[in-house]
Amino acid sequence: MSIRDGDFIDELRSTENSRIGLYVLLLAGIVFYLFPVETAVMTMFKTESAFARTLPFAPPGADGFTLEALSTAWNTLRPGLLNSLLMAIPATIMSALLGSLTAYGLTTISWRGQVGVVVLIIAGIFIPYQAVLVPLAQFWFQVFPGLVEGFVNTLFGFITGGSWQYPSRNGYVQLLQLSVTHAAYGIPICTLLFRSYYQSISEEMIEAARLDGASAFSIYRNIILPLSLPMFAVTLIYQFTQVYNDLLFALVLINEPASQVATQRLAALTGGVIQSFNTTMAGAIVAALPTLLVYIVFGEQFAKGVAGE
Amino acid sequence: MREILSRLLATGGRLRSAVSRDESDGDQLATDGGATVKTSRTDSLRNSLPVEWELIESAPFWLPPVLFAGFFVYGAIAWNFLLSLTDYNGLGGAQYETFDFSMYSRMLNDGAFWQAAQNTVVLLVVFTVLCLALGLFVAILIDQQIRFENTFRTIYLLPMSLSFVVTATMWAWVYNARNGVLNQLLRVFNLEGVIVGLLRPAGVNAEVIQWLSWNTTALAAVIFALIWQFSGYAMVVFLAGLRAIPTEHYEAARVDGASTVRMYARVIIPQLRASAVSASVVLMVFALKAFDFIYALRGSQPGANMDILATMMYRVAFDSLQWAYGSAVAIVLFALALLVIGPYLYSEYRRGEL
Repeated sequence: MSIRDGDFIDELRSTENSRIGLYVLLLAGIVFYLFPVETAVMTMFKTESAFARTLPFAPPGADGFTLEALSTAWNTLRPGLLNSLLMAIPATIMSALLGSLTAYGLTTISWRGQVGVVVLIIAGIFIPYQAVLVPLAQFWFQVFPGLVEGFVNTLFGFITGGSWQYPSRNGYVQLLQLSVTHAAYGIPICTLLFRSYYQSISEEMIEAARLDGASAFSIYRNIILPLSLPMFAVTLIYQFTQVYNDLLFALVLINEPASQVATQRLAALTGGVIQSFNTTMAGAIVAALPTLLVYIVFGEQFAKGVAGE
Repeated sequence: MREILSRLLATGGRLRSAVSRDESDGDQLATDGGATVKTSRTDSLRNSLPVEWELIESAPFWLPPVLFAGFFVYGAIAWNFLLSLTDYNGLGGAQYETFDFSMYSRMLNDGAFWQAAQNTVVLLVVFTVLCLALGLFVAILIDQQIRFENTFRTIYLLPMSLSFVVTATMWAWVYNARNGVLNQLLRVFNLEGVIVGLLRPAGVNAEVIQWLSWNTTALAAVIFALIWQFSGYAMVVFLAGLRAIPTEHYEAARVDGASTVRMYARVIIPQLRASAVSASVVLMVFALKAFDFIYALRGSQPGANMDILATMMYRVAFDSLQWAYGSAVAIVLFALALLVIGPYLYSEYRRGEL
């Protein structure tokens, strides 16, 4: 936080009315940014008749209160939540680890032409995923199973009899494929985050270790990795939110109902023919819970970190 | 989250110093390294190599992940382009027999494509401009030495941590014609009838405002909801920019007797150009990716007035199984993204700031 000159602050503060106006605007901002969330929370506790009768942002009242919508939404979304976590956590860890290694290779060790690789990585962050969807479906449902089948049946033909089939329709296999896909597309942004961090690490320390004969790997293992822990927290949290929140890849890569992720199940609930808004709002809140928790818990920690600087 | 985002944004700035630094570091390394390990065996080995030793030394770290990501990103885009030249459709695997641009000429004659392209550009421009404006305004408010600054920032940024699917679900309820909060509030002020008269599309006979179905309001409703979700991001970028402006600039303007509005308009805002550029690049890319939001709201057939290239591509490819045509639409979307980020990356590169 920058600290401006005292006179300037005093001058600002001297105009009391404009200060009051300022806080009115700031509070209006809170209303603006929170009202859709607030109406969702209120509506999810209302009965069908209550949410048609009362104002959306008003509390349900004693006679209109129910937990039925919440329990319906919870039962619909729970398998999706588990699948989402099962898919998102490994993908996030993979992206962060690989991003850290890539950033190390492209930052602390310099060579000509490095910028070209960096440009390709940064551009990779901004790719609209539509541009890779058809090949992705081709790869995971046609090419990759074909390759694995060929490989397994050739090498272990004496066991499989040459007729082993890749379990394309297995729910866990689909989740794994989705996880690997997310891990790959997460590498560019994670690399960028780590790279900007590594650029601030002292060169002298690394140079000294190098002169002592430390290998590139032991420098990474003993110096860079321990120093990156705060950045790992940042990257893991950001990337987890991204992966968990995604719908598009899941729509394309998951077609087994049992392995649908939370966003898919919520989209099905929202897009359903019969819309009971208490259930869809409960679904929205349930589906948002993991990222909301991450945001609320770690948002405060970050605030402390910033204040401590 | 806030910290992550500000880091995300700051990368733009930090990247700027990267290239120039890397180059000088490279020189230092070469001279230092050369001077200190001149007599070692590895040195003679290094000198005999056709490529730099640093390249070989660093490759085990960056090459495997770059190949992994590169296959999925650039390999897939090339593959997608190849598919767009075929006639691949229906169930079963792709055939790579004839290659031509028939899918692209079909696209040029497709009214749905032009409608989606127009909506995409409108969404891109209007969303980005309004998001920047609101974000800047909120950032200036927050920058007034306020109390509870962290709380305000955390709340303003909260929508961005939510999934498009979650926010679409919430906004479907806000926009609901009969019981939604927006129409209910308008009813309180007796404004609904007025707005129905103003916005009702020709030939429609309705008493309530159908925000998401009327062709006069559908796209605007989506844009408004997206601004709600992402203006907090613009705020964070601008706030970082504002904090980087030296205090003297504020003081000088004050001494000159400039009013607050004039001070911001003449002195402060012109200095936020870099923040505005990097925020708008990211926002435009968000706009191109708004698929999840529209899909959650209206499925893959959102109607002509809400259809963007991203939803059209998905519908054509995964609902109608016209893979080659879908790939061609995807290439146009990719080209649009390149139009946005290409000049940005190039100018950063030219300024030696990548």
